[in-house]
Amino acid sequence: MSIAIDREKCVGCGRCREVCPGTLIKIDETGKAYIKYPKDCWGCTSCVKECPVNAVKFYLGADIGGTGSMVHTEKSKGLLRWVIERPDGTVTNIDIDPKESNKY
Amino acid sequence: MKTERLKTDILIIGGGTAGCYAALTLAENSDARVLICEKANIKRSGCLAAGVNALNAYITEGRTPKDYVDYARKDADGIVRDDLLYTMSERLNKVTERLEQLGLVILKDENGKYVARGNRNIKINGENIKPILADAVSKLPNVTVLNRVNITDFSVYDNKINGAFGIGIENDTFYVIEANAVIIATGGAAGLYKPNNPGFSRHKMWYPPFNTGAGYAMGIKHGAEMTTFEMRFIALRCKDTIAPTGTLAQGAGAKQINSLGEIYETKYGLTTSERVYGTVMENIEGRGPCYLKTEGISPEKEESLLKAYLNMAPSQTIRWIESGKKPSEQNVEIEGTEPYIVGGHTASGYWVDTKRATTIKGLFAAGDVAGGCPQKYVTGALAEGEIAALSAAEYIAENSGAPIEEREINAHAAEIERFTGENRSRFTAEQLEEAMQTVMDSYAGGIKTNYRFNEKQLELADEQIRRIEALSDGLHADDFQELMYIYELRERLTVCRSVIAHLKARQETRWHSFAENLDYPEKDDKNWRKYVNSRLENGEIRIILRELTEEGQKVYEHCD
Repeated sequence: MSIAIDREKCVGCGRCREVCPGTLIKIDETGKAYIKYPKDCWGCTSCVKECPVNAVKFYLGADIGGTGSMVHTEKSKGLLRWVIERPDGTVTNIDIDPKESNKY
Repeated sequence: MKTERLKTDILIIGGGTAGCYAALTLAENSDARVLICEKANIKRSGCLAAGVNALNAYITEGRTPKDYVDYARKDADGIVRDDLLYTMSERLNKVTERLEQLGLVILKDENGKYVARGNRNIKINGENIKPILADAVSKLPNVTVLNRVNITDFSVYDNKINGAFGIGIENDTFYVIEANAVIIATGGAAGLYKPNNPGFSRHKMWYPPFNTGAGYAMGIKHGAEMTTFEMRFIALRCKDTIAPTGTLAQGAGAKQINSLGEIYETKYGLTTSERVYGTVMENIEGRGPCYLKTEGISPEKEESLLKAYLNMAPSQTIRWIESGKKPSEQNVEIEGTEPYIVGGHTASGYWVDTKRATTIKGLFAAGDVAGGCPQKYVTGALAEGEIAALSAAEYIAENSGAPIEEREINAHAAEIERFTGENRSRFTAEQLEEAMQTVMDSYAGGIKTNYRFNEKQLELADEQIRRIEALSDGLHADDFQELMYIYELRERLTVCRSVIAHLKARQETRWHSFAENLDYPEKDDKNWRKYVNSRLENGEIRIILRELTEEGQKVYEHCD
């Protein structure tokens, strides 16, 4: 379980680097973010939610049952959308209203 | 290497739940200059980085703080401090209201009252709980936050604290910080034992892998009295994702069942340790794997669960989606985690008085690093942050720290230079961490031995941990992040030694799984209704047994 940062999309704003609780993300010499210590990711997804261009994607390692889906979040109209893209291209979206409490 | 020298009135080490709330309290109740040193960034540091599913410590309608104290005492089978539990419990609702004022979403009924989940919990959207706290702290005029500064040692003369030393992880700076009082709020310790998934997903653990027990280790080194390290915490979690099970069990009413479909939780008991123990036993006796029975839940419930997990442990929702089978179609497999030392769930940590003063003068403890007060959860950590802050403010009105001596500064700088100097090490911090985890797993009651151990194994564990400790002296760091890894490893090794000594000291089995001593498999109320405390003296851990405080006792003062 870790993250991957899409170099094409990354704008080098550094927000993922700033927020990571493990100090695991660095900026390379071209100004793009990358994860230097992929095995040390806790999976908190702070960086995923922080990224303004949806370049940070989260995935589960094969050792904990991952099948290669990549997950990012999008924010629009006050909702937080979790986008889960499977390797076959199908996508599941789950919208969360931050003003709504958990029911359980 | 740059050196930066700073002065403050109150230094808060760790900007997590307790540390942030201590800063808020100080800003509202004193003129003290406050400095928070945080190894990550307070926006998403500590236990709340991903969010939290509920507030698990709240005095619901019709209940009293005493009920909460009774519950926590029973769960820990008596080894708690009533004064600490009581002073925490009476603040739980006040800090909850404050969180709501700061912006936390809490579910309310049509009369505007919080909706309870069971007897002690309320329902929230906790995804952004840490950014909310951090934002409030960043607006405080007298509070400075130093992110990515890892505190590595205290400065203590004659058992009185004068400040701390630290390293800037990203700016290669050595920090010398003088303070009149220090609040330690660094959290508990993860990564002592081999985790459930030691490979690529080694950090997919319940407790933050970045919480290394630094606060415990610094206190131990300086002779602070510590308590109840033998009461380890093992969480019952969703298999693989190590996501919380409370939302399924208490929230959605899912029962623990074995592979035959039998409900087994009632057979072993419902305390936190018994729920883990039952799962271990069912597996040993051939009735595993174990599950939380979610099959057949309603579509609305399922939808809510998928969202609830995204708000606290997104891996579990992703797992459901990826597997193609949601919780209504398949039960959720559960397992115990590796053991942690965490004073917010069990009673391990600094031995403090009612004001959260440690046995080192001027050092106050709050949250997971403070002992004697289990079942704190988020709101209890906030409450302790408040108590510690008020006590520290009172303390600095009459006390100040001594200047840190040059000799001590030079010794710390020399240590950094040694670790970052010429590379003569055959090993890396990562390799020694793995060695430590293997030792703890094999000989100190890890997952491998179903959390069980005997005295012979503990003796081996101690011997091996000392060997690794000696090897860590020669480690090398290429930069300050690697330097942090060396300090983190050494902190964990210090905590491991204390855990081993405590496990050995309590010659009974009071809590299955948490401290299951095969040489003493029964509970022994006659001899062991006592606190097992310890203090490092001349490099050796001295065990101190103390009598339990009275039930209903409101105040405890350090007596020797």
